[in-house]
Amino acid sequence: MGLNPPTSITLFIPCLMDVFYPNMAQDLVILLKNLGFSPKYPQAQTCCGQPAFNQGFIKQAKALAQRFLTIFDSAELIVCPSGSCTAMVRKHYPELFPQDPELLAKAQRMADKIFEVSQFLIQFVSLEKLKASFPFTVTYHDACHSNRILGIHEQPRKLLSQVHGLTLIEMESSGACCGFGGLFSQKYPNLSQAIGLEKVKAVRKTGAQWVISNDPGCLMNLRRRLQEQKVPIGVKHLVEVLASNYTHEK
Amino acid sequence: MPFQTEHFKAQADQALGDKALQEALSRACGHIGRMRTKAFQELPEAEALRDQAHRIKSEVMDRLDSYLEQLETSSQTLGVKVHRSPDAEDACHYILDLIRLRGISLVVKSKSMTTEEIGLNRELEKSRIQVWESDLGEFIVQLAGESPSHIIVPAIHKSQKEIAELFSKKLGVPLYDTPEELTQAAREFLREKYFQAGMGISGANFALAKTGTLVIVENEGNARLCTTLPRLHVVVMGIEKVIPGLSELVVFLKLLARSATGQKLSAYMSFLQGPGRTAEEDGPEEIHLVLLDNGRSKILHDLELRPSLFCLRCGACLNVCPVYQRIGGHAYGWVYGGPIGATIVPQYLGLLRTKDLPMASTLCGACAEVCPVRIPIPDLLLKLRQRILEQGGISFYEQTFMNLWAFSQTHPFWYRTLVSLAQKGGRTFPKLLPEGVTFPNKTFHQWWHDENPD
Repeated sequence: MGLNPPTSITLFIPCLMDVFYPNMAQDLVILLKNLGFSPKYPQAQTCCGQPAFNQGFIKQAKALAQRFLTIFDSAELIVCPSGSCTAMVRKHYPELFPQDPELLAKAQRMADKIFEVSQFLIQFVSLEKLKASFPFTVTYHDACHSNRILGIHEQPRKLLSQVHGLTLIEMESSGACCGFGGLFSQKYPNLSQAIGLEKVKAVRKTGAQWVISNDPGCLMNLRRRLQEQKVPIGVKHLVEVLASNYTHEK
Repeated sequence: MPFQTEHFKAQADQALGDKALQEALSRACGHIGRMRTKAFQELPEAEALRDQAHRIKSEVMDRLDSYLEQLETSSQTLGVKVHRSPDAEDACHYILDLIRLRGISLVVKSKSMTTEEIGLNRELEKSRIQVWESDLGEFIVQLAGESPSHIIVPAIHKSQKEIAELFSKKLGVPLYDTPEELTQAAREFLREKYFQAGMGISGANFALAKTGTLVIVENEGNARLCTTLPRLHVVVMGIEKVIPGLSELVVFLKLLARSATGQKLSAYMSFLQGPGRTAEEDGPEEIHLVLLDNGRSKILHDLELRPSLFCLRCGACLNVCPVYQRIGGHAYGWVYGGPIGATIVPQYLGLLRTKDLPMASTLCGACAEVCPVRIPIPDLLLKLRQRILEQGGISFYEQTFMNLWAFSQTHPFWYRTLVSLAQKGGRTFPKLLPEGVTFPNKTFHQWWHDENPD
């Protein structure tokens, strides 16, 4: 914990999570409320534009970025439960408007105030406040954009080390890609699957009961690959584990 | 060449089904990757060196013309004949003309991706010139009638057993079962060729503009034999390999072998300072330096993609790439595979016949993480994807899908309506969804809306 906590925080929920894993976002709200925050959620929000940007559709990505910049303009600090969506805003938004000083400045301000959830918790919340328990052995998958664009590696581990009953067993090459890559997995399904199977092998070797990560894309892909292989290892978002004491059913 | 960039998907699928290839790649990439990691951990100034290397390359590219002129002058002072080749055809012609003029019938080569790029062996063989690759991996690939599948480890796709069978068949030696015996067989076969050859052909890792020194790093000693025993030595080098001088070279040498094989330095390093002088016993009588453009100037003038030219051809990005690790180099369809291949090949051959290469990446960034000169490969792949779209390389179907998707994302009413339709559809026909994917009853948006009525 380094900086003074913000007076207000605003959530950006990745579209994939909004539709497929609403429970993860709900857990994030519950976790933040229990840590003393009252998160806001601008209901006009949709997608950050990353799927378009990654496929070269720059015009569409710009339209979505501009929308995002307007919707979140007044936010003091944004928390996002996905490394790759955060990386889109932090790294790529400022690259989108080289010719437009006004939008560029806006994008730079946005880049400075968006935090991936584990970055946010480590920077602004004291670890003693976390009251999670998760009595299982887990392994942590370092999502590519979290790890390589945002430099997130220690943060989730520090957070997991506070979870009562949890044992973390590191897998070999925790930063190796799971094979998702957004639309890559649709365009090159066999290749995506083959890469994913290597990840499954690494996860299995640890003997962990759960694999944890911080990106809904990776989690969706990991769950799919594990189920295909009939491997009885569950998949959870970091915030689900951290909120485990406040959510009854888990 | 049997492999083509247009058939990437089919070639990738074929590679995925090749068990022996999968095992060979896993073993080799894993091993070299770990060696590299260890070598970099033992070099505290590694990150600073990478910054410095990037800066040097960047500065050289800003004034490439003047460095090349300087190199030409210094080479000529050393007695090296310099020839500028605009393209592959010209380079091959120049070398063939030399061969004819000197009446040469046998050529030995040391490892050079640049000569692979210009298809030199094919041209030589067409003219009935005997040519032998002397790097062990290249020799294996040549005997097998294949092309290299890795920049540094050309025969990475071959198991020891396959190599033993190949040697037995082609060289008439017993079926050896140790790498030592196989290496010995290759050495014995090649040794006399060095003495018989009228020409040695090599690449160069660096050329120093100030002094004209040509630098070749290698591990087998074959490059030194190729460049000193035959009377004539021809160096084929891409124009981007020129660097200012010795102090810059030091930076690159610290990074190159560590990145390529995890060695501190390669076993051999040759500094060639022109042909042998009268009083010297060693060295060729003539050295010809072919400075190859072949599309490089075009990349140089494309400021967004220029960093593609910084590449040292160390192969580190291949070893860590999840895509390369699964399919190897041949599936990419041209000389250079892996992340750097996916970056430069489309620029050499044109985007439309190579569009799978930049697309078939998860953008995981493992390549950029290890690149010794910090080429931002994922960013360059993104740029190439934008250009593929601009040039009409994306299907009407995909464009329509993306436009509709973007429309819905910028018009939340339609987005929410589509999502609720999809939810209903997904619940009615769950079999249509991929394994492990389900549509919950409510989106987070709906949940929040219900929880916070205002």
